[in-house]
Amino acid sequence: MQDRRFPTGGRIDRGQPLAFRFNGKEYTGFSGDTLASALLANNVRLTARSFKYHRPRGIVGSGPEEPATLVELDGRHASANQAATTVRLEDGMAARSVNCWPSPGLDVGAVNQLFAGLIPAGFYYKTFKWPGWHLYEPTIRKAAGLAGAPEAPPLDGHFEAVHAHADVLVVGAGPAGLMAALVAGRAGRRVFLADERIEAGGSLLDRRLEIAGRPALDWVAESVAELETMPNVTHLQDASAWAYREHNCLMVNERSLVNSTVLERNWRVRAGRVILATGAIERGLVFPQNDRPGVMLASAAQAYVNRFAVKPGERTVVFANNDSAYGVASDLRASGIDVAAIVDSRDVIPDFARNFAGDIPIRAGAVVVGVRGRRAVRGVAVAERDGRGAEKIDCDLLLHSGGWNPTVHLFSQSRGRLRYDDSLATFVPDEAVQACASVGGAAGELSLASALRTGAEAAAKATGTKIPDLPAATEESYSIAPLWHVDAPGAKGKAFLDIQNDVTVDDVRLALIEGYDSVEHVKRYTTGGMGFDQGKTGNVNIVGTIARQKGVPLQDVGTTTFRPPYTPVSFGAIGGIREESVVLPYRHTPVTRWNLDRGAFMYEAGARWRRPGYFPCGDEMFQETVNRECRAVRECVGVYDGSPLGKFELKGRDVDRFLDHIYTNLMSTLKPGQCRYGLMLTEDGLILDDGVAMRLGEHRWLVSTSTAHADTVHGHMDELLQTQFPDWNVHVTPVTSQWNNATVCGPKAREVVAALDTDIDLSPEELPFMRFADGHVAGLPARVVRVSFTGELSFEINVAPRHMRDLWERIMEAGEPFGIEPVGSEASHVLRVEKGFLSLGHEVDGTVDAHDLGMGWIMSKKKGDYVGKRSVELRRRGNAIRRELVGLLPVDPNVQIPEGAPLTPGGETRPTEGLVTACVWSVVLDRWVALALLENGQSRHGETVHVRLKNATVAADVMAPVFYDPEGRKMRS
Amino acid sequence: MMLIPCPFCGHRSESEFAYGGPVKPDRPDPHTTSDEDWVEYLTTVPNPLGPVQERWWHVKGCGTWLTIWRDTRTHDIVEGPGDAG
Ligand SMILES: [Zn+2]
Repeated sequence: MQDRRFPTGGRIDRGQPLAFRFNGKEYTGFSGDTLASALLANNVRLTARSFKYHRPRGIVGSGPEEPATLVELDGRHASANQAATTVRLEDGMAARSVNCWPSPGLDVGAVNQLFAGLIPAGFYYKTFKWPGWHLYEPTIRKAAGLAGAPEAPPLDGHFEAVHAHADVLVVGAGPAGLMAALVAGRAGRRVFLADERIEAGGSLLDRRLEIAGRPALDWVAESVAELETMPNVTHLQDASAWAYREHNCLMVNERSLVNSTVLERNWRVRAGRVILATGAIERGLVFPQNDRPGVMLASAAQAYVNRFAVKPGERTVVFANNDSAYGVASDLRASGIDVAAIVDSRDVIPDFARNFAGDIPIRAGAVVVGVRGRRAVRGVAVAERDGRGAEKIDCDLLLHSGGWNPTVHLFSQSRGRLRYDDSLATFVPDEAVQACASVGGAAGELSLASALRTGAEAAAKATGTKIPDLPAATEESYSIAPLWHVDAPGAKGKAFLDIQNDVTVDDVRLALIEGYDSVEHVKRYTTGGMGFDQGKTGNVNIVGTIARQKGVPLQDVGTTTFRPPYTPVSFGAIGGIREESVVLPYRHTPVTRWNLDRGAFMYEAGARWRRPGYFPCGDEMFQETVNRECRAVRECVGVYDGSPLGKFELKGRDVDRFLDHIYTNLMSTLKPGQCRYGLMLTEDGLILDDGVAMRLGEHRWLVSTSTAHADTVHGHMDELLQTQFPDWNVHVTPVTSQWNNATVCGPKAREVVAALDTDIDLSPEELPFMRFADGHVAGLPARVVRVSFTGELSFEINVAPRHMRDLWERIMEAGEPFGIEPVGSEASHVLRVEKGFLSLGHEVDGTVDAHDLGMGWIMSKKKGDYVGKRSVELRRRGNAIRRELVGLLPVDPNVQIPEGAPLTPGGETRPTEGLVTACVWSVVLDRWVALALLENGQSRHGETVHVRLKNATVAADVMAPVFYDPEGRKMRS
Repeated sequence: MMLIPCPFCGHRSESEFAYGGPVKPDRPDPHTTSDEDWVEYLTTVPNPLGPVQERWWHVKGCGTWLTIWRDTRTHDIVEGPGDAG
């Protein structure tokens, strides 16, 4: 029963009723309602409990300023801590109040109220400080009772992120913003107009004003229609600009996308100029019991009456210190609400305001000193500012207005400075830092005529066009006498500055007494302004209270920093489509499908490449699979897909000396057809990457890198060439995806490749180790390279990607008689450990150099200079103890050592002397073997060392870091 | 998100670039420089409050390594050390 709904009027569609649930009860509202307006239409007054004291609360505002009624939405709309005033009502919506259990009417936590006097500012910090706040924090946060995040992502639909560019971005589609968008749009500029409300019009929706002698909303409709016809204008409603970042980049969160699977869309708009038409937000007055259900902002009541056709009360008292509330009183009375009195703290009330009041009794120089009714307002106590002439007035609604604050959040985020304006008793934009202008209410221009004028002026300036003739509108006057809080004698009880976080005038006074005297400290100590509403209705009153207490001007107190987001934004919207498959798609080789069909277990192999980890067969255990693949390579033949290795082609006259500069060893002596394993260092002497350089021709090389570091090496080469050697003739082309390769390895590798039918002479005399040859393999153009990462005879057959799958299947076919197996990265790891080949990320950790790895031979002594040389020499000077690469054989051959396990002297609780970098089951030794970095390891072969585990020690014998074919005969065969 | 001027592509969003760090002095001749100067070159990174010259790699664009002056207080791209915003 919407018994508080007017039969006519408002921006709601009575033809579209919407059913919803609130705290378990069924209600109906209309299309066009917010959850808050629908609750008021159903006369639901008690809608929330407060954060700290669990005091009963109602609906206070009508928009993002709402401090009191936070709800948690269930089901399809699941989200937490939404202001009821910004939730667009939908059919089937289910909402619950936060902060109360089981319901706001019967709230167990309300027992806190009994102790309210014992919970002053900083109470938690003072009380729960031993041994540490973090010990208590989780429980306290839970007791505080704000809703948690939804447990699962939305079932249907997704979030989206979009980039947009605009010559003029207009934030806010009230009178100033619409006017600005019209002027800029008519000038043909790319205009982006975003407004947080469901429909355009801004404050015009809430009020009864005229433009050009007709209802203002007619002008709004015509303006929106005109913008609609302009292809250069993007106009979004229900879209909040929530962050103003550097270089005029703004974030706009669009909700309520019609007929779309997109839940919310986050726009990143880069604008030439920004026009901030964000309006102004009414602030409350601060008096005892100003948080009772039924105490509402005057502008909110006006919105409920005019925009939603809802009667927020039967009999109201209006309490104000400025003129704007008089228009509200007039609107309410015209709607049949009994306005019992206007209580104005000012002694002198302008005629402009009095004219609105008509015959409503006005009590000038008076304030509200108390509110009767705990769960709903039943009346107010009024007195002169000095406490005399006290009187009680019965009412069920108390409206209050403490003045208007320009919505400077975005302006302030853009680093624009604020200035305290005495005539408006608030902070207004001062100098802009980025290319933006504030207009209308956001600039403190509170009349309709000045909103239209400043909007047009800013757009005309931004577009270099003439200011058009403006439609006639009223130039309402506005005056205010600041009242930061009521302290008349007889005013007793909690007076809230921040209703959401339960921060009272006394809390701020206490913070100041205790020495927290900067506004930022007061904020953090009292938590005033730190709620979801970010103190939109209360912050300036806090500043005023501090200023009054300290006896300084408000300008000197200043404001706290405004930070994004202006209003809450869901994490989903910030993330957009960050689902991994979209943002970081996996990279595949042409063999992926084959691998999957073969039942491979896929891994990520660095740089987002998907590679097979191992190929399970039948009901094999993991280790059995790996052993089978390793044995194939060691005993007959295996093949793996080496395509993900980074590959770069270098061309130019100076490639020789460039490679000599970036590798530790000498490359320029290679002849065409030869290749060499090399190591790259960073300038501070750490290992950057290892790989193979092949000389294709006089001035043409191919360099391969490890899979994971391809991009890093690319950046390294390009940076050197572009910044240090701009005159060197070297061109780097990434060809990682242009060359695929299948590496056939094992004692039978030559026979398999020969069986593929090739015009390349595979004999060790013609194609020895570390040589390559171009020709054909299996009828496909190919380059065959004799490198080995397994220690076995290997032929790396490189082909174009379009031939890779073909080549692969031909290899499997030709290898079948030899018992060929596809080999995954698990087996590759075992094979390289058996050989003691280093792996970046295992043996190389940012402290290790080539000498530590027993690879001193790779540090050229012939070259005077190369990247990292000086630094390695410098670091190795003196007698510093180094951790050096060794092999370990666990004394018990069946004991596996976890990778990363520390070595300590005697296995005792002492500082480590090294760590285990890899441990694998060796198929050639039929036992566990490990590699380790050990202090002075190279001179400790034969010693027994100890791995210290949590509950055990493992003894292991130290040896050279090679367990198989130490002379390298196999791979050279 | 900053807007970074690439000499080839014009003003592009920061997300297209990789940060290359502040511009260091030229690499000293490793044969003649003292240990102290070499360590200084390696480890001391300019970190002014105000304009700093730095490199960005237009890695998701044309691949250029470019050099700009950026005011660390404001993110303004400025002409040089004297052109603070
Ligand atoms: Zn570029």
